[in-house]
Amino acid sequence: MNPLDRLRSWPVLRQLADTDPLGRGAAVKSSGSRALQPRTATADRVVKSICPYCAVGCAQNVYVKDEKVVQVEGDPDSPVSRGRLCPKGAASLQLTTGSGRLHKVLYRPPYGRDWQELDLDRALDMVADRIIATRRDTWEWESAGRRTARTLGIAALGGATLDNEENYLIKKLLTALGVVQIENQARVCHSSTVVALGTSFGRGGATTFMQDLQHSDCIVIEGSNFAEAHPVGFQWVMEAKARGAVVIHVDPRFTRTSALADLHVPIRAGTDVAFIGGIINHVLSNDLYFREFVVNYTNATTLINEDYRDTEDLDGLFSGFDPGTGHYDFDTWQYEGMRAVPVSGERDVDHERRTRGGASIRRSGHGETHGSGGPSLEGTPHTDPTMRDPRCVLQILKRHYARYTPEMVERTCGIPQDLFAQVCRHLVENSGPERTAEFVYAVGWTQHTDGSQFIRAACVLQLLLGNMGRPGGGIQALRGHANIQGSSDIPTLFNLLPGYIPMPHAHQHENIDDFLRADAAHKGFWADMPAYLVSLLKAWWGPAARPDNEFCFGHLPRLTGGHSTYDTVMEQLKGVCKGYLLFGENPAVGSANAKMQRLGMANLDWLVVRDFSLIESATWWQDGPEIETGELKTEDIGTEVFFFPAAAHTEKTGSFTNTNRMVQWHYQAVEPEGEARSDLWFLYHLGRVIRRKLSGSQDPMDAPILDLTWDYPTEGSLGEPVAEAVLAEVNGWDATGRPLSAYTELKDDGSTACGCWIYCGIYAGGVNQAARRKPAEEQNWIAGEWAWSWPANRRLLYNRASADPEGRPWSARKALVWWDAAEGRWTGYDVPDFPPDKAPGYRPAEDATGSDALSGTDPFIMQADGKGWLYAPAGLVDGPLPTHYEPQDSPVANPLHGRQRSPARLVYAHEHNRYHPSGSEPGADVYPYVVTTYRLTEHFTAGGMSRNTPYLAELQPEMFCEVSPELAAERGLIHGGWATIITARNAIEARVLVTHRIAPLRGDGKVVHHIGLPFHWGPNGHVRGDAANELSSIILDPNSHIQEVKAMSADIRPGRRPRGPALVDLVRAYQRRAGITDHTGTEK
Amino acid sequence: MTLLEPDDPATSSGYADHPERMGFFTDTSVCIGCKACEVACKEWNHVPEDLLGFTGMSFDNTAGLGANTWRHVAFVEQPRRLGRQESGLVAADLPAGTVEAARDRTPASLGLPSHDGATGSASDMEFRWLMASDVCKHCTHAACLDVCPTGSLFRTEFGTVVVQEDICNGCGYCVPACPYGVIAKREDDGRVWKCTLCYDRLTVGQEPACAKSCPTDSIQFGELGELRERAARRVEQLHEAGVESARLYGHDPGDGVGGTGAFFLLLDEPEVYGLPPDPVVTTRDLPAMWRHVAVAATALLTVAAAVTWGSRT
Repeated sequence: MNPLDRLRSWPVLRQLADTDPLGRGAAVKSSGSRALQPRTATADRVVKSICPYCAVGCAQNVYVKDEKVVQVEGDPDSPVSRGRLCPKGAASLQLTTGSGRLHKVLYRPPYGRDWQELDLDRALDMVADRIIATRRDTWEWESAGRRTARTLGIAALGGATLDNEENYLIKKLLTALGVVQIENQARVCHSSTVVALGTSFGRGGATTFMQDLQHSDCIVIEGSNFAEAHPVGFQWVMEAKARGAVVIHVDPRFTRTSALADLHVPIRAGTDVAFIGGIINHVLSNDLYFREFVVNYTNATTLINEDYRDTEDLDGLFSGFDPGTGHYDFDTWQYEGMRAVPVSGERDVDHERRTRGGASIRRSGHGETHGSGGPSLEGTPHTDPTMRDPRCVLQILKRHYARYTPEMVERTCGIPQDLFAQVCRHLVENSGPERTAEFVYAVGWTQHTDGSQFIRAACVLQLLLGNMGRPGGGIQALRGHANIQGSSDIPTLFNLLPGYIPMPHAHQHENIDDFLRADAAHKGFWADMPAYLVSLLKAWWGPAARPDNEFCFGHLPRLTGGHSTYDTVMEQLKGVCKGYLLFGENPAVGSANAKMQRLGMANLDWLVVRDFSLIESATWWQDGPEIETGELKTEDIGTEVFFFPAAAHTEKTGSFTNTNRMVQWHYQAVEPEGEARSDLWFLYHLGRVIRRKLSGSQDPMDAPILDLTWDYPTEGSLGEPVAEAVLAEVNGWDATGRPLSAYTELKDDGSTACGCWIYCGIYAGGVNQAARRKPAEEQNWIAGEWAWSWPANRRLLYNRASADPEGRPWSARKALVWWDAAEGRWTGYDVPDFPPDKAPGYRPAEDATGSDALSGTDPFIMQADGKGWLYAPAGLVDGPLPTHYEPQDSPVANPLHGRQRSPARLVYAHEHNRYHPSGSEPGADVYPYVVTTYRLTEHFTAGGMSRNTPYLAELQPEMFCEVSPELAAERGLIHGGWATIITARNAIEARVLVTHRIAPLRGDGKVVHHIGLPFHWGPNGHVRGDAANELSSIILDPNSHIQEVKAMSADIRPGRRPRGPALVDLVRAYQRRAGITDHTGTEK
Repeated sequence: MTLLEPDDPATSSGYADHPERMGFFTDTSVCIGCKACEVACKEWNHVPEDLLGFTGMSFDNTAGLGANTWRHVAFVEQPRRLGRQESGLVAADLPAGTVEAARDRTPASLGLPSHDGATGSASDMEFRWLMASDVCKHCTHAACLDVCPTGSLFRTEFGTVVVQEDICNGCGYCVPACPYGVIAKREDDGRVWKCTLCYDRLTVGQEPACAKSCPTDSIQFGELGELRERAARRVEQLHEAGVESARLYGHDPGDGVGGTGAFFLLLDEPEVYGLPPDPVVTTRDLPAMWRHVAVAATALLTVAAAVTWGSRT
């Protein structure tokens, strides 16, 4: 700058010479202000990504400058998020680049007191050695005389925060190693969703998509805190509200969702079946159901076996209950003239029933196999189109719910009758040809001992109201991890193979034909199962999979019952399971009965933790709660612990499947720092090292791993596997290597390979369909060219039902797809969820099989009878209809019938897993209040991705409990002070937040107080606190193995909890007072 | 010449040819209290963490605007009704005697602690939970700007008020000058900090980070004139929907600060949200004060001169 310019830039001169004589604007603009440039404008590149937190699937733009991520913000092109982010998404920059992350491998030797640093390659080599040795030591060819070909010595947990491609490699590699105990967050979050929606409609995913909420006339949010847990998705509720929709929130607490709702309905936690049952009764007894929809599209007209007995007949039990085993026999629940047939993996059900009473199958989470295809049936059902026959489903429903009166709802749920009447009125007024209502739920429904039945109740109601398959209708399941849907579809779950194909069970003589029953005649889609399974085996074992060796079907390890994550904990405690791999999951905080989780890990030989930072599941041996109480001593713990730093979503390429089955691709923005690596890298190279170490082995147990196709190309300086190559395998190819474009191209002769049949088409034409990003503004509201959804890119499932039986939209206002008679095709805004050329008038021949056996008016094409199931003759192990049972630990006696608890629930009696006396049982008053756990906007699940992120942590810095002023007065709790909450498992402390938002409820003339507990805290991280899961027990839904943490009884008292051994004494003293024994709460 | 500027502060601040005045309209009736604005602001502006711990103020743990909190979400739990909203805790619509009857029922033995009607009845109430994201108001008449002796605080071409951190010397005059208590000093570096309305982003036509992230569009960014029209329509709409308590705050160019660049739709009195009900630019009286000073000084001088002259004579 020359001297003259310098002089001119002098502010005083500028002030005097320019138009800003007071020197408050242009004249005083500094050189710094003049040089300002936003880093969004100066970035070298913008990389397209997807938010790694919840499953709304908000699109992100990642700005990179000098190979560093400098900013992460929303991508306005996304049809789902429209560029917006919640606080967690907005904190992605700090999550991925902040101080919370570790970039070094750490190692804790057996009995060691501290961590040591370890070279990455050496650590990977050691883990490979541990896996090989443990596998060899614990290999099991047979169990009880039946071939199992597996190891129970190794387990894996986690996958819902990882990419689909990473989940695929976990399942593929570990299954080939004979590991069956493969699980992820989907088990503890939404496994009951898959069971309930799959059994009712044929597919286990949410039936609609986020943007469609705007078309709803009435939105009932129940079992979900939508605004807090999925804030960006909630914008579509606000859109609906702006268009005049009524928003109803049913929840024990008045939350941020309630604050925006038109109607908040406080409900006693765990009584939702009674509430929905009450609405069903209202609809049926007043003939308010959508008759034409119900007659044509549901199984209301179907007649049920004459031996069927209802819970209303048997005081809370359905017919077929065996009190000895605690299991139901399903024979009497069947359709008349048609029965659930054991085909395509379902065969196991029948086999087991005939041989061993089906105990192991019933514990095996079989209901989840209906994630894409309902139970298979054989024969032709008998129907009564007038629906007057007392044995038809509609009449059975009427009788089943007849006692769910407004009075009963009030007694059971604590909901005043006038408030209940308002809900009924809104729902009925907003259903029918011209209007639609939608249900939205999340883990407030799923996490109960009868969680599957909570969701089923909504399925029944929505079918009766005719709200399925239509714009603004349906059932929206809100899932809470970026890829929790994907990790169910491409499952890291013990009971499933990709695409919801069941894992095979152990039998004395089993071959692939038995498994598939390929010779049997089937109706519906199951007929094509052989093609899906053979193509999967071809994808995994390639040239080694031949017709003469049953395509390596024998390479699959076999199940012998439940191997869920909670079963794994029991196996760890028994010393059977010796090695454990954690992929971004934190069971020491996030799973029920956190103490059992840690005690299980303390009994391991080795533990691998892959995460961003030292979560509680990595450090329990050093500073865990049991070290403090003296129950464990660091120097006595023999578990060898490996910590591997994980790469963030911005540091790897892959896909997430959002809560509406939409698969979205995200690209690597930068390479991970230090020794952080993607899970794709870890799994690929781990597999490579294991295969190298085993190469040349003639041991038959090594054949599956050596035969495995494991030759993915790598790229970059770190040897990162090419994620798109994995996606291509998931999509599948034909014999010439051409990518397949639809699962209808799959063959059962070994000429096609496909890693997950429901994802077939995602790489159609060799183009990554998940990477499509056509801006929302350039498309219709469906936005079908943004990413890719399974099945076949349909966004709104069962949309044939949006048209009447003749194929015309029920109303112009609710048109979605319709029959174009001139063209002879189904057409509309969305991809029709129906054979495109099957006319409404089509009627199947008597001997028709496969999808030809369904008529032109059967909209639920994945169901054996093409109908939406009001009544489930198969698929659920605890009853064909939802019935109200009290939670396992409840201070209230079941007002409805003599069965206090769900009779078929899975009980895990253990000294560290004691249950409470309930209802009128003596000692129940020792735990007089109802705890419900929940999520806050500001945190994420077990806290690993928020407690270490300061911008999030400061917003909710301490564990707290919400109590009403009345409860505070009753127990002497002081706002801002401390409280101790006690169950038979453990006791925790929390800061007290006294609020009217958690009102006492009155039912049966008694007042029930709730205690609200967020579950995000643990002993580690930037902000710390006790974990709510210290209080919960392992007690599971028998369909899905999901735990009950949304309702349990507890006591609360003022002050902080005792430290050291005194804490254990306090818990035991309570147990003694309540008279708890190892039999308490375990009755069948 | 006056310190008070018209509604077009950019022109009077020396920007002959300037863009439209830009601002925020924060519609608290659709705020879901998610705090995305707080986090997005901190991420973009590298605002330090401000860990206060558990405050007990409902879900608010950042307490208020300050040097390290440029967007702040207030949470107000109130025993009042929100328009036609039914909190579910309301007794008003029940048939006469229902509540009393429920209260008077003889409790069955469920093993629960005994309860008398008095404690149970406390929940039969109207209830609403207000949330509102607060921010620097970017006043038309900005006292912070008036008192800044260094020219650190300045008016941008967008009509916003920004601290130039390369100029600020930490004198702190602006802190008591702000009628809203927005601007504050960061203890560890001595300078004052507040919302810049993302001045850097505005220069390239990008919206501020908080508005961009807001999931429900509670925070709307745009040309102030257009925002004011939109806000007026929204208030009307809410009144029609029965939310009679809806009102605007800071939209009026005739108020004590000449209207604000960031204004709000509130559902209750401003005090409820911690906002001053009738803010006045604290420099409003400065000209008059200086006139008085001048008069006094002149008088004093006159007297002194007279005395001096008188004593000589």
